[in-house]
Amino acid sequence: MSLLSVAGLTIRYDDAIAVNGLSFAIEKGESVGLVGESGSGKSQTALAILGLLPAQADVSGDIRFEKTALLGASERALDSVRAQRLAIVFQDPAQALNPFVRIGQQLRRILLQHGLAEGAQAQARVIDMLRRVGLSDPERQYRAYPHQLSGGMRQRAMIASALITEPELLIADEPTTALDVTVQAQILELLEDIRKDTALLLITHDLGVVAGHCERMLVLKQGELVEQGATRDVFARPQHEHTARLLAAAPRLDRTDIPTTTTGAELLTIKGASVSYRETGHARLQAVRDVDLTIRAGETVALVGESGSGKSSLARAVLGLVPLQSGRVAFCGTALEGLAQDRATAVRRGMQLVFQDPVGSLNPQMRVANIVAEPLLVHEPDASADTRQQQVIAILEKTGLGEEFLERYPHELSGGEAQRVAIARALILKPKVLVCDEAVAALDGTVREQILALLHEVQIDSGLSIVFITHDLSVVRGISHRVLVMYMGALVELADNNALFEQPRHPYTRALLAAVPVPDPERAGGKATLAGEVPSALAPPSGCTFHPRCPHARDICKTEIPEQRTINSTTVACHRAEEI
Amino acid sequence: MLKYALLRLLGAIPTLLLVIVLAFLMVHAAPGGPFDDERVLSAEIEANIAAAYHLDEPLHRQFYRYFAGLLQGDLGPSYRYRDHTVSELIGTAFPISLKLGTMAMLLAVVFGVAAGSFAALRRNTLPDRSVMAFAMTGISIPVFVIAPVLVLLLAVKLQWLPAGWSGNEGAARFLLPVIALALPQVAYIARLTRASMIDVLASDFVRTARAQGLGTTAIVRYHALKPAMLPVLSYMGPAIAAILTGSVVVEEIFGIPGLGQFFVRAALNRDYTLVLGIVIFYATLVILLNLVVDILYGAIDPRIRQR
Repeated sequence: MSLLSVAGLTIRYDDAIAVNGLSFAIEKGESVGLVGESGSGKSQTALAILGLLPAQADVSGDIRFEKTALLGASERALDSVRAQRLAIVFQDPAQALNPFVRIGQQLRRILLQHGLAEGAQAQARVIDMLRRVGLSDPERQYRAYPHQLSGGMRQRAMIASALITEPELLIADEPTTALDVTVQAQILELLEDIRKDTALLLITHDLGVVAGHCERMLVLKQGELVEQGATRDVFARPQHEHTARLLAAAPRLDRTDIPTTTTGAELLTIKGASVSYRETGHARLQAVRDVDLTIRAGETVALVGESGSGKSSLARAVLGLVPLQSGRVAFCGTALEGLAQDRATAVRRGMQLVFQDPVGSLNPQMRVANIVAEPLLVHEPDASADTRQQQVIAILEKTGLGEEFLERYPHELSGGEAQRVAIARALILKPKVLVCDEAVAALDGTVREQILALLHEVQIDSGLSIVFITHDLSVVRGISHRVLVMYMGALVELADNNALFEQPRHPYTRALLAAVPVPDPERAGGKATLAGEVPSALAPPSGCTFHPRCPHARDICKTEIPEQRTINSTTVACHRAEEI
Repeated sequence: MLKYALLRLLGAIPTLLLVIVLAFLMVHAAPGGPFDDERVLSAEIEANIAAAYHLDEPLHRQFYRYFAGLLQGDLGPSYRYRDHTVSELIGTAFPISLKLGTMAMLLAVVFGVAAGSFAALRRNTLPDRSVMAFAMTGISIPVFVIAPVLVLLLAVKLQWLPAGWSGNEGAARFLLPVIALALPQVAYIARLTRASMIDVLASDFVRTARAQGLGTTAIVRYHALKPAMLPVLSYMGPAIAAILTGSVVVEEIFGIPGLGQFFVRAALNRDYTLVLGIVIFYATLVILLNLVVDILYGAIDPRIRQR
């Protein structure tokens, strides 16, 4: 008998079908990946198994945990299965753990509730579990509140809470989506190591994660199961065209020769840029430290780094959205500092920005036509309404949207359409530089590929320079001419695309590359070669800020900030760049 | 935390000054004076009395005199209750009001939170709608209507409880006034609790707790109650002020010799010093209790405590 069997599961909301006739089984101890794009019904399936769907969901079919029927069971019956035999790890541990209750108490409560341990014994078991998920000083973390832990540590605590009862099946719903790449690799390895005989249902949009961690996989498309099989087989010979499409859209680190589009002329020069923010009290947070970067006309430069690396702050300072603490920025030969407000506005017209959250960055009360026309009202107030309308239609067409979109509101757009609108709004002023701040991070794989293709097209068409800010190295591989890797506000490595991916010089770049989950079961990616997480920017480590996590660190790294050096056109800030 | 409390207390000084000045001006702006009586006194005696109490001096001189006393902790003598200082009167009357207010507050929190949580857990069912209908009624009817209706019903018709204060002993005489005072607050807190409990029950961490098989009782007790209390706690400041104002009405209706009753009488009698004394006393009390509420906020929410 299968550990979990789902048969004909259908979930409806009013007239929408979230999951349609889904059937699959999970055997004892195996690891199964459930993949699909957003809205494919992955999370709905997980919630249905645990009996956690909202009351308005109309569920039918059959879900069995060995012999026990879960669908339609009473809360009381479910509570005897939940945690003890069937546990879940949710996506965002900052939300999924109770911010008002100490970590230890949250875990201890599970043991007490199910009568698995009592008193001091329960506490000892919790502390032991916290130690096993890799929390240093577990006695202290036992008393900590969730907000006192970093993102990765919180997810470790969440995993501890799921595994403390030694369940037979663990469902992990996008367990690493909210985390940085190097931390994602750590968490996935931890899950692998610690679960032992516990079966795993790993829900993810990332085929790389499935390739590295699941024996079998299921592919969902709009609530229907389109393919299932052994992971190796599915990757090697996808049977369904949707699977093939997902695989094609998965970012890889393979070499792709990107045609040179630059004219070589220097467009934007940044010299010694620093940005700092004042925190509560007298503390200053140094977000960007002394970064030099030149962007040439028509090229794409990627700014890559984990959260807190300063990549967005640098871009914002260049755009004048936050003040520069020191340093100079020149655009088309004009120095931007000390420029009068109206002159600065005129110069900045040449630099436009696209944000991460496509729907959130559009005013929900404005129609697409007005959203896209708005920059014109600022920069060309004298143009007639007719000219404006013409320009809007032309730019929307260029971004792949027909006239039928003019009268729509943002909530009537899909994520990809909304991002096209945002790009149209940025392009309508014919900028020379387009800054994309995690502009594809919130999009599904296939949509992401379309948006990247669109940006590439625009670049070839109009010679636009693109600054592409991202945490994801694999996205960068296929689109950028040069890559700037940042860590704790400073430049770590600046290199041409192929040089960076094929001959990374800095240990941090190497670790980032190793951590990228590769969508290929034969070539395991997603390796955690770095311990720990990015330290607090309020108390940066001395010397090279990377030294506490660096496998190559020597004494000099602890005391002296590394000078930037150039090796074969790669700029790298590492004391040991030549030797390693 | 200590530094924060001290800063807040310093910040309260301008507020208190403003209250003192405004109250002083308003009391003196009211027509009539403390020694106006139906019995007409001769002009000479009136002048003597006025001189004895410095009422013949210009207003700013009077204020200066009053304020100088205040700085030394002296609220002055009462104009009406001769032989008593204002401090003495407050000292006698306040304990009764304090008892009344504390009981009303406890009742409001306990019943409000219980009813609100109950309604939230049975959202959109008949019990929920009944509790909310009751709460709406409680909020809409002012204390001066509730009190006589309660008296009519429970004391006069059913004769379960004593109607007045004097001539009765023990805890029973507190019941009606406390209920009348607490009722609108029970209603308001119930609505607040219901709304915030519904929010909290929909949060991700409650979903986690359900996935952990904790069951409703444990979820509410160990996970939901504390965060759901935050809006209720921030309402405590206004609630305290509302209970103070309510006590003025309730004490008058039930004939309770508390501070509220003294306040009404003092205002009617133009007992300048007593009115001012009670206003300053109440203002200080409200400021202090609001500070306590803010500190308690940190005790519930660990994310605030750290700052």
